Amino acid sequence: MALLEVNDLHTSFFTPAGEVKAVNGVSFFLERGKVLGIVGESGSGKSVTAYSIMQILEKTGKIVSGSVKLDGQELVGAGEKVMKNIRGNKISIIFQDPMTSLNPTYTIGHQLMEAILLHTDRNKKQAYDRAVEMLKLVNVNEPEKRMKQYPFEFSGGMRQRVMIAMALACEPDILIADEPTTALDVTIQAQILELMQKLQKEMGMAIIMITHDLGVVAQMCDEVIVMYAGSACEQGTADEIFYNPRHEYTKGLMRSIPTLDNEGEKLHPITGTPIDLLNMPKGCPFAPRCDAAMKICLRQRCDRMTINDDHVASCWVNVRNSMENNNQEGGKAK
Amino acid sequence: MNKQPLVEVRNLKEYFYVNTGLLKSTPLKAVDDVSFAVHKGETLGLVGESGCGKTTVGRTLLHLYKPTGGEIWFNGKQIKTRQDVREFRQKTAMVFQDPYSSLNPRMTVSDIIGEPLDVHKLYSNKQERQEKILELMNRVGLNSEHANRYAHEFSGGQRQRIGIARSLSVDPEFVVCDEPVSALDVSIQAQVINMFDELQDEMGLTYLFIAHDLLVVRHISDRIAVMYLGKLVELADANEIYDHPLHPYSKSLISAVPLPDPKRARENKRIVLAGDIPSPLNAPSGCPFRTRCPYATDACAETMPELKELSTGHFVACHNVEKIN
Repeated sequence: MALLEVNDLHTSFFTPAGEVKAVNGVSFFLERGKVLGIVGESGSGKSVTAYSIMQILEKTGKIVSGSVKLDGQELVGAGEKVMKNIRGNKISIIFQDPMTSLNPTYTIGHQLMEAILLHTDRNKKQAYDRAVEMLKLVNVNEPEKRMKQYPFEFSGGMRQRVMIAMALACEPDILIADEPTTALDVTIQAQILELMQKLQKEMGMAIIMITHDLGVVAQMCDEVIVMYAGSACEQGTADEIFYNPRHEYTKGLMRSIPTLDNEGEKLHPITGTPIDLLNMPKGCPFAPRCDAAMKICLRQRCDRMTINDDHVASCWVNVRNSMENNNQEGGKAK
Repeated sequence: MNKQPLVEVRNLKEYFYVNTGLLKSTPLKAVDDVSFAVHKGETLGLVGESGCGKTTVGRTLLHLYKPTGGEIWFNGKQIKTRQDVREFRQKTAMVFQDPYSSLNPRMTVSDIIGEPLDVHKLYSNKQERQEKILELMNRVGLNSEHANRYAHEFSGGQRQRIGIARSLSVDPEFVVCDEPVSALDVSIQAQVINMFDELQDEMGLTYLFIAHDLLVVRHISDRIAVMYLGKLVELADANEIYDHPLHPYSKSLISAVPLPDPKRARENKRIVLAGDIPSPLNAPSGCPFRTRCPYATDACAETMPELKELSTGHFVACHNVEKIN
């Protein structure tokens, strides 16, 4: 059984302007010890997917339907009491901005110990020792001294380390990292990613890595979900997604980023702008920007279709291609 | 390519004085003794981590900050007097990072784009002004029917286009682009990058392209300069610096770039630097990189190495560069 099972998750925000379907039917499995990447542009619903799993949505947001199962236990509708025990204990999250996600009025030590005292039976002394141990684990120098300091005395990279220490203090089964390195510089990003990989190997937890940076995905993830306008348009192993993309949006993304190989060539941007979630079309949400769009794309959404064992995509172009292949083969047979 | 320098800075310095005590202020050396030239028609990329002074170089270069020391030359003429600065500004422009805060929310698009025209009095009558604005909007791919809308009605990518149209309104020769695509989504980034390329071809522009995304910089630049803590540490052709970085900082910076290619990412040997970038208020003596450099020697603590030309067009500032490579 998979550690985390998300099935047809729908999350909406009810705003004065109308219902915003931020997550529109996302399903995935997460196995123990695996790293799952969720990529997409801003507004594609990648963070909301994570917040829905943790049930830390804003007041206007609501899980409309779907299920989230952790170790077989259903979390949707389980109630706040159950969720309190799960957050920080079974599933932890680190946020993008280490500057604002720590409380500036408490010491680092206080904030680290808070989570440990809340979720484990340790007494204060043991919690202190555990906090120091965690700081050591994430390579913070002089942990005893650092325990007494306030967040403003830490640099961005150091704060993100503290966030990681805090998230891992109770040895969660799943760590959700919401753009953990976006606010950091390249060399610091490398340190943090390295650290996360090391800790993941040592502690054996699963990671959900939310990012817009395809480079980070390529480096960290075993499996990838590509999201567009609230739907998972393609998911599969990292190699499949990067070397054999089967959704027009993913293909467009791959063509639009500078890599080591397309130096000197023109980039091929995706035309148009991301879709307005308040006015979702009936068909494929990417169709208005898609060069290969057909009539059916505008009328009807494509279901998830299996490309191979490691790969599913929801794109009509695959259907057309396979039909053409069949026809050709049929022609040859005659 | 024409190797004639269009813009040249010599020993540029920009210090900000920061209050560190009751009656004490300490100079923050944001840019310290930086010299380079940007050739006509080329794109010079400027990379480095936050706080290394790359934005300050761009701004001081355009006299948005008064330089603390050093010289700025444009088209073979030093910019000294106020009159020089005024003329210089008419031939240069800047595109800012944040398309949200760099456009006045109370002005319409046509007023935003037209403001530099007003300042420099670049039209003879109202109709000419309007024609110029509409032409600029078409040039950057904005619908000219939207001229009377306000900035908030546009998406991030379109706002950046407005910013670019504004910078092009004075018909500049030289444009400083300060992280112009960092705030944009990946699919929009490519649109804007391509537009920079096209505008350069059409209008013969010269760019100083400041960014922290190294793959983007490599894509758009002819040459790349690497900065660390206010100093220039390496300068070379874009491909050369990627394939054969010589300075230990550039090496780690380039190896740290996450490659969007799983197989290569797995093989890529990252050189992970220890520690953080030191505070520029309290910069290390000698070479500023020595505190994080795996090859630092005593000499590094004493003097800042000069920027030397090691092979044609490849400049490095490192005492131990021969030993390392």
